[in-house]
Amino acid sequence: MKTKRISPPLTTLPDPSRRRFVQGLAAGGAALGLSPLLGTARAQQAPGTITGMVPVLSGTEFDLTIAETAVNFTGKPRMATTVNGSIPSPILRWREGDTITLRVTNRMSVSTSIHWHGIILPTGMDGVPGVSFEGIAPGETFVYRFKVEQSGTYWYHSHSGFQEQTGMYGAIIIDPARGNRIRADRDYVVQLSDWTDEDPLRVLAKLKKMSDYYNFNQLTAGDFFRDVADSGLGNALGKRRMWNRMRMNPTDLADISAYTYTFLMNGTPPAGNWTALFKPGERVRLRFISSGTQSFFDVRIPGLKMTVVHVDGVDVEPVTVDEFRFGPGETCDVIVEPTDDRAWTIFAQAMDRTGYTRGTLAPRPGMEADVPAPDEPEWLTMADMMGNMGQGEMGGMQNMQGMGSMDHSSGGMVHSAHTMQGGMAMGAAAPVRVRHARTEYGPSVDMRVDTPRTNLDDPGVGLRNNGRRVLTYADLHTIGGPLDERGAEREIELHLTGNMERYTWSLDGLEFGKSSPVHFRHNERLRVILLNDTMMTHPMHLHGMWSEQETPEGEFLARRHTISVQPAQRISFLVTADALGRWAWHCHLLYHMDAGMFREVVVA
Amino acid sequence: MKLFAAAVMVLTLCSARAQGPAAEMGTMNPDSMPGADNGAGPESPDNRDSMNHGGGAGRLPMQGGTAPPDARDPHAWSDGYDFGTIPRPRFADEHNFAALLVDQLEYVRTNDDQSAAYDLQAWFGRDYDRAVFKAEGDYDSNKLQDARTELLWGHAVAVFWDTQLGIRHDSGEGRNRNWLAFGVQGLAPYWFEVEATGYLRGGNRAALRLDASYELLLTQKLILQPRIEANAYSKRDASRGLGDGLSDLVPGLRLRYEFRREIAPYIGVEWSRKFSDTKDFARAAGEDTSETRFVAGLRFLF
Repeated sequence: MKTKRISPPLTTLPDPSRRRFVQGLAAGGAALGLSPLLGTARAQQAPGTITGMVPVLSGTEFDLTIAETAVNFTGKPRMATTVNGSIPSPILRWREGDTITLRVTNRMSVSTSIHWHGIILPTGMDGVPGVSFEGIAPGETFVYRFKVEQSGTYWYHSHSGFQEQTGMYGAIIIDPARGNRIRADRDYVVQLSDWTDEDPLRVLAKLKKMSDYYNFNQLTAGDFFRDVADSGLGNALGKRRMWNRMRMNPTDLADISAYTYTFLMNGTPPAGNWTALFKPGERVRLRFISSGTQSFFDVRIPGLKMTVVHVDGVDVEPVTVDEFRFGPGETCDVIVEPTDDRAWTIFAQAMDRTGYTRGTLAPRPGMEADVPAPDEPEWLTMADMMGNMGQGEMGGMQNMQGMGSMDHSSGGMVHSAHTMQGGMAMGAAAPVRVRHARTEYGPSVDMRVDTPRTNLDDPGVGLRNNGRRVLTYADLHTIGGPLDERGAEREIELHLTGNMERYTWSLDGLEFGKSSPVHFRHNERLRVILLNDTMMTHPMHLHGMWSEQETPEGEFLARRHTISVQPAQRISFLVTADALGRWAWHCHLLYHMDAGMFREVVVA
Repeated sequence: MKLFAAAVMVLTLCSARAQGPAAEMGTMNPDSMPGADNGAGPESPDNRDSMNHGGGAGRLPMQGGTAPPDARDPHAWSDGYDFGTIPRPRFADEHNFAALLVDQLEYVRTNDDQSAAYDLQAWFGRDYDRAVFKAEGDYDSNKLQDARTELLWGHAVAVFWDTQLGIRHDSGEGRNRNWLAFGVQGLAPYWFEVEATGYLRGGNRAALRLDASYELLLTQKLILQPRIEANAYSKRDASRGLGDGLSDLVPGLRLRYEFRREIAPYIGVEWSRKFSDTKDFARAAGEDTSETRFVAGLRFLF
């Protein structure tokens, strides 16, 4: 009975053009399934929920059943929300051009939904309760049917309550109608997520009571005296002055830390060591999907270069990096070519450095490589608070000793040396006009940025000048250019806002309950400007339409479904409003969304 | 009456202080900001400060303040469109939350006495409007000596500040008293938790209570909390042993260890001083007019 459930912690996604590897992988998987290591990982798991290796469902007809099933990731049995009894949910394999039917049955006592993240489809099929449909009531079967108009790596998840946090997320792989540009010998989904044994509603309630409840990396008296010893009293005070006066915390890197989170790779905790097999010399495609509800992951494979080839379901000009950061909602496919007959650690540390998940890329089952320690957490910098420092003040940089994380980065000058070659020099971008909403002057907004930074070649706090080549948004170039050559006919500006102390999150200072929908005129080409008036990074996900990100100068960069906006940063993208109906638009940090960082978009 | 005026003035100052930090950073018109015109930043002392320390970090991000006349209308993008026929989602901004912080639940020892004391605050409601319950008191010889219980409506008025409006009930020794209460509570720059409340009751009687505390993290879990509380009354109240003017001042230090955020045992010391007529009342009752209290207790957060 139990052995039946023992499937390899390995997702095999043979490229259809390379059918020979199907068998090779199946054999490899079977071997893995018997490995003692797996046995250990599985022994911890409660009966009822498949984790690690999930089924791949393909074709045009799908039956998905949502239920509560038992899991045990930490030693404590808990109930999870699952699709067909697995975490992650089954991998859905579609083909571009097919019309697919998905019958989703709710076997729970509460309403549910599935949103197909990044998929272009009619509004009624988008799966957002209260926006695109009424949700799937207990006992009900909802039939999704739509034509698949795209190809690539995507994912799906519940859009109801906190069901995404409790396990309801899975990968979607869409094979292109005409040949795959990306050739790989092996193909794996690597879906990263965060798990808590706590009831997510309690987690939110705790944050509402005490927004730094989960932050155990706060500044202490010890840190102060260390700074005094290192740099003198004046500098130690100076370094803290602005933060203290503004009542902002430079170590506020994540709302929810590993204090409660266990980070998972394909539903497997670090100790479970999810493993992907390869033969030395093979090209391996790893389809990374960021499905954490509240966690940014910094991903690397120490010793191996990763070539990023596909982001948010769209092929990009290959760029080779050591590391990339992605936030909830984003996907990033890389090609790795391990030539040595050894194991490599796939390492994904949380942005706040309190924890990580890992797996192994190995020629044989049961192997492991060194697992690095998480990096030291850094302070947010003045650039994260104030954005661009304005022109003509480069001379001031030498005085930055007073500010946070001077030792690790150039403070406000966020360009790391290796990304300077990206071409966007400090201060090169013209100053931008910032227009705050009148609702940003009240208790819902704890800071406003008047001089946002617009450069996209900053990998973000904790990754600046870390000695590794880190992917930035300036590196992303969608192959084939934009879908719509038209320039922007109209601009709208929206500010990402919040009050960390109160744990309120909003757009333009208005939580969803106080907001009105945003109107996109049907078929217009629209420029959307997002300005982050907070000190956290927000992955902004627009449903139903692509977000075509551009440089500050207005040159097309990449077609995205989710764009992370860093603190004090201003980004812009173009949208072709060709999808009639009502759509969700929100921060994909689930607790921010649920706090009200959400808008409805009406295309009419 | 003089004291009442003074109390009102102090309150005004406190609320000015509440607005102050916001105002000092927030009243500048965004259009005069460098992001808008690329000009030199406003030369407020704050900005010069930040330049000295920030090295080129010339402009503070703005907090609070009042919106300039040309600030964007946040509903402008709707073009008049409203939500559709499907009932829209209700997120946490439209849900109620609750919290209970028992900051002090302690055994108190002075050189000649032992007693018990409590100080708690609870709230129920939403992000910007909530019911607030505050209670403080002490027991000696199994009798409630002096208790203050307040029920308030808390309303967010600034980034870090709430106004509070409601009632206060004094019980214990002497006659019970009921007051109307109005105050502010919030977080002052440099992370000082501040409560300032004024009270009124019949006979033109006024009272003022100030409370300020700070959380000094020695480590992530070992936290030193300095706190000071002061009470003042506009008129004598012999029944409760209160004189007019400043009646008592209690600075204290508590060192707690947060095993979890929810539960932290602590030890501490307080220095209590009574003043003017309040002091005389205490002396007449054979009580100490100033004393050092050693405390040990538990702090809870639910």
